[in-house]
Formats: sequence, C-alpha cells, structure tokens
Amino acid sequence: MNDAHLNPKLYDDDIEMIPSRNGFGEGLVLAAEADENVVGLCADLTESTRMLDFAKKFPERFFQIGVAEQNLVTVGAGLAKEGKVPFTSSYATFSPGRNWEQIRTTICYNDVPVKIIGSHAGISVGPDGATHQALEDLAIMRALPNMVVICPTDSIEAKKATQAIARLNKPCYLRLSREKVPLITTEQTPFEIGKAQIFHEGSDVAIIATGEMVHKALLAAKELKMHKISVRVINCHTIKPIDKDTILKAAEECGAIVTVEEHQINGGLGGAVAEVISQNFPVPVKIIGMEDTFGESGPPAELLKKYGLTTDAIIKAVTAVLRMKGERV
Amino acid sequence: MISDADVKELEKKANDIRVDIIKMLLEAGSGHTGGPLGMTDIFTALYFHVLNIDPKKPDWIDRDRLILSNGHICPVMYATMAHRGFFPISELMTLRKLGSRLQGHPHRSALPGLETTSGPLGSGLSQSCGVALAGKLNKAKWRVYCLMSDGEQDEGNTWEAVMFAGKYKINNLVALIDRNNIQIDGFTEDIMPLDSLKEKYEAFNWHVIEINGHNFEEIINAYEEAKTIFEKPTLILAHTIPGKGVDFMENKYEWHGKPPNKEEAEKALAQLKR
Repeated sequence: MNDAHLNPKLYDDDIEMIPSRNGFGEGLVLAAEADENVVGLCADLTESTRMLDFAKKFPERFFQIGVAEQNLVTVGAGLAKEGKVPFTSSYATFSPGRNWEQIRTTICYNDVPVKIIGSHAGISVGPDGATHQALEDLAIMRALPNMVVICPTDSIEAKKATQAIARLNKPCYLRLSREKVPLITTEQTPFEIGKAQIFHEGSDVAIIATGEMVHKALLAAKELKMHKISVRVINCHTIKPIDKDTILKAAEECGAIVTVEEHQINGGLGGAVAEVISQNFPVPVKIIGMEDTFGESGPPAELLKKYGLTTDAIIKAVTAVLRMKGERV
Repeated sequence: MISDADVKELEKKANDIRVDIIKMLLEAGSGHTGGPLGMTDIFTALYFHVLNIDPKKPDWIDRDRLILSNGHICPVMYATMAHRGFFPISELMTLRKLGSRLQGHPHRSALPGLETTSGPLGSGLSQSCGVALAGKLNKAKWRVYCLMSDGEQDEGNTWEAVMFAGKYKINNLVALIDRNNIQIDGFTEDIMPLDSLKEKYEAFNWHVIEINGHNFEEIINAYEEAKTIFEKPTLILAHTIPGKGVDFMENKYEWHGKPPNKEEAEKALAQLKR
C-alpha cells in the first residue's frame, strides 16, 4: 500500500531495530510540550519505561511513586479528575496486572483520562522470565468499559500513539515492548486510533496482526506470494475500539482470517476479531498467540520460535485456514 | 471556634440526618447502618461548617473537594447532601433503586456533587493525593478532605498513599479515619490489629490529631488546626461509636452491613426523635 508509506527497507535483513518503548519516551516529551496538563507518574522504572527524558525536562510535573502500582494509577485517577492528563508507567505485568480493580473503579468507572503505559509486554521480554512477560494484559484491559487499548507495531507508531492518547479524553492502555523491533512504519505513515491499516494488499486470506507480529505477518505474506497466495496484512494497533469495518471487509473479500499477537490466545486480538467476525460475517479464523501457557527465560528470538510466534507458524496457519475455507493449497 | 448556639444547631441537624438515614435504609431494604450513624456528626460538621461549597454550583471550580473512600457509608453522605440542598430530601427514598442517582455505592457520574466513585476499599486516599497534587500544580486555594474507615487501613493501597503523601508533604490534604473499631467480620483489633494508628501515621511524616468524633467543637477545631500545618499532611483520628444515637445499634459490629427492619426502624426513630 503506497499510502501506508512503509519503511523501504521493510523486507531487508538490515532493517532498523528500535524498542517501541523508545517511541513512547519521545512521544511523551512531545505531548508534554503540547499540553501543560500532561503529568508523569512512575513506579520505580523511570529509565526502563522511558519516562526519564520527560522527568528531566519537566521535573515539577513528574511524580516518583515508588514500587506501588496500586497507588500509581489511583493517584493518576485523582489528577485526571482535576483536568490533568496523567501518564503512569510500569511493566505491564504490574500495571495493569496488579492494579486491575483500581483501574476498573477509579479510572474506567469514573471515566477519567489516565494513560496506563505497560512496558515489557510479550514473551520477547526474554531472560527475565515468565513473571515479567505480560501475556494477559490485552484481555484484562479490553474487558473494561471506557478503556481504549493500543498496541503499537514499532517505535514510530508508539510515538504517534502516545501523542494521540494524550489528546484523547478517555482512559487508555498503551502496550510497549522491551526488545528492539523492526521499524516498519515511517513518520509519514498515518495513525488514527481505532483505524486498522492495510500494510499489504491481498485477497485469498487476511492476516490481522498487532505489535511486532505485524512485521512477521508481512514477511509471511511476501513468502506466500511466491506460492501464488495473495495475503492481506492488517496492522491492528487499536485492540479497542476494534476496527469492525476493516475486519469485516477483510472477511468478506478474503474469506479467511489469521490473527497474530504476542499474547495469550484467549481474550486478546484474536478474541476481539473473532467476536466481530462470528457475529457478522462468519469465516474461518485461526488465532496465533501463546497457547494458554506461561513463558520462560531465554533469548527473545528462541522464545518466539519455541512458542510458535514466527513467520513459519503464520504460514502454517494460513495454509490451515485456507483448507478450512475449502481451497486446495 | 464555634459558638454554643451553633453547636446546638449542628446537633439538631445531625439528628435530622440520622432520622433520614434510618428511613432511607428501611426503604432500600439493604445497605450499611452502623458506619453512617457513627459518621453523621462529622458529615454534618463538614457540610454545614467546614467545607467551602455551594450546593447550587456543585462543579464550582474553587470548592473544597470531599473524597469519601469507604463508599459503603454513602447513606450519611446522601442524607447530609440533601439536607445541605444538593438535591431534594424526598429523593433519599430512592436509595439503591433502579434508575436512582443514589447508587448503592457512590458513583461520580450519577450525582452532581460527588467527587469520585468509591466502594472498593483503600483507594480513596490515593485519589485524594492526586486531586491535591492537581490543586498544588494549579496553585489553587481549595483543600482536599478525605474520609476513610479504619477497616480499610488493612489495605496495602492505603499505606502506599500514606507514604506518598508524607513524601510529597501534601499539606492541602486532610484525611480523617473513622475509628469505630468494627468491620464486617468483627472488631478491628481481632480481624487485623491496627493500633497505634497515630504512631504509624506519624512515622510516615503526617501530623495527627486525635479527637472525639461526636464532639462538634473538637471536629471543627481539628479541621482548623489542619489548615495551620504547612510541612505535612494531616490525619484526624476520630473516635466514633458505630450506630451512634440508637442504643441497640451502638458498638455492635452486627449492624455494620445491614439495614433495620420495620420494627427496628420504629424503635430507632423513637429514640432519635426524643
């Protein structure tokens, strides 16, 4: 897609690699420059969640909460009620993991615009092991009324998403990666909350992916093209509100769907897509993610391979879903 | 400082509010009785003397902010607000009913004049800290009044906020603990001992004032004193009698979480109306 303005080095081995949390750090400074009501709160992970530049630049608007994730979001709720735009950051297993009820009651039910920034999401966190690999965060945030849930595909998109949620007067969850991920978008790539984007055109099957899995989906599409299978790749950065139009159009035009996420297969992107498709235009769906299991320590690439979050796994799923669709492959 | 005549006036108002608490709980058929009756004098003092508020302008930007953390005692808040003119007293009879603005636990969007939604314990002090910080950032003159139960001092979230308020010297915040010694399952010192709350808060850099929560002069003086403390947040440790005003409810943890039936309500009202 030309209007997606993707990185020309998209399929190259030497594509730039940057963690999406870096984009958050840059976006937060920009958002704070644009709006003096933006404040930052962190639970003892300021450098690691990339809130440090903001904290240095706006010390009077930064609050160090300590290792207290419940307080992190509830102080945020109080600030937001008074017109501030609080960004709260920690690792996703702790926030929104540990403080879910506080987020539910004081942020979502109150409907105040606290921004929950969960870094180190996904199994690609690597050596820290399963305790620190958030794999359920999309499900627990997606279930909450009023909450907007965003999982950027790369650093540039994370920067845009950060600025966009700062302007949105709603509770938001932003999911970030620890590891370097391929920079597949450019500054020119459009970003709109709730609007999924077609990054690769195709009509036999659609792969709907989120986060760094979008790049693997694109690599799968490229390879499948050589086997004369036309694959549409959709970057679904907003998990909630899910882009029903783009998903249903894909179901109608392609007739088969594969979803890919670095998250449990229960309740995440796959669940959101299946809810839309099953109730409106049922077509075969394959959900790729963590198969109802915890991760473990290891190098990120090897973990992704062991748990089936690879280009090869996507290709296999495409083959399977095409068989379900009734096509010979 | 408050005159004897004003105290008399507040005592009469508190009695009227207690009457309505009994009536609305009877009508609702569920809800908490002990806590609301125990906190009636403090709510009366706040809404009729301490707080800088205007019931005709509940969103007035310069109003003092009252955050009720233990939302389950909301019948006393609703009754006091109605008597103060936020909404008609007759509306109290809709408590907990379908379509009512008086939700079983207070919901901010439902009723003008409520600062926050609460019910799940332990998060009110944190929210109060956030509200107070926003006030400081905006160089506002208004103050934040947080009300907590003693039972919710069991919550870790409460202590996260206690440490935070002490660290940031949040002096536009005054919190009050309803020290009535009961919670749902029994007496606080049996369920999870809390004493000494005074020393615990002081250790986290709070200024602590201990009062009799049924003495209007002590309540009002404590809130006045809090305004003179600039270097730290203030805690008012208010000793109260749960079920206050109705002898068979006083100090009985069995009355924490249930409403009176018709006969009990009649007995209670007879005592309150004397």
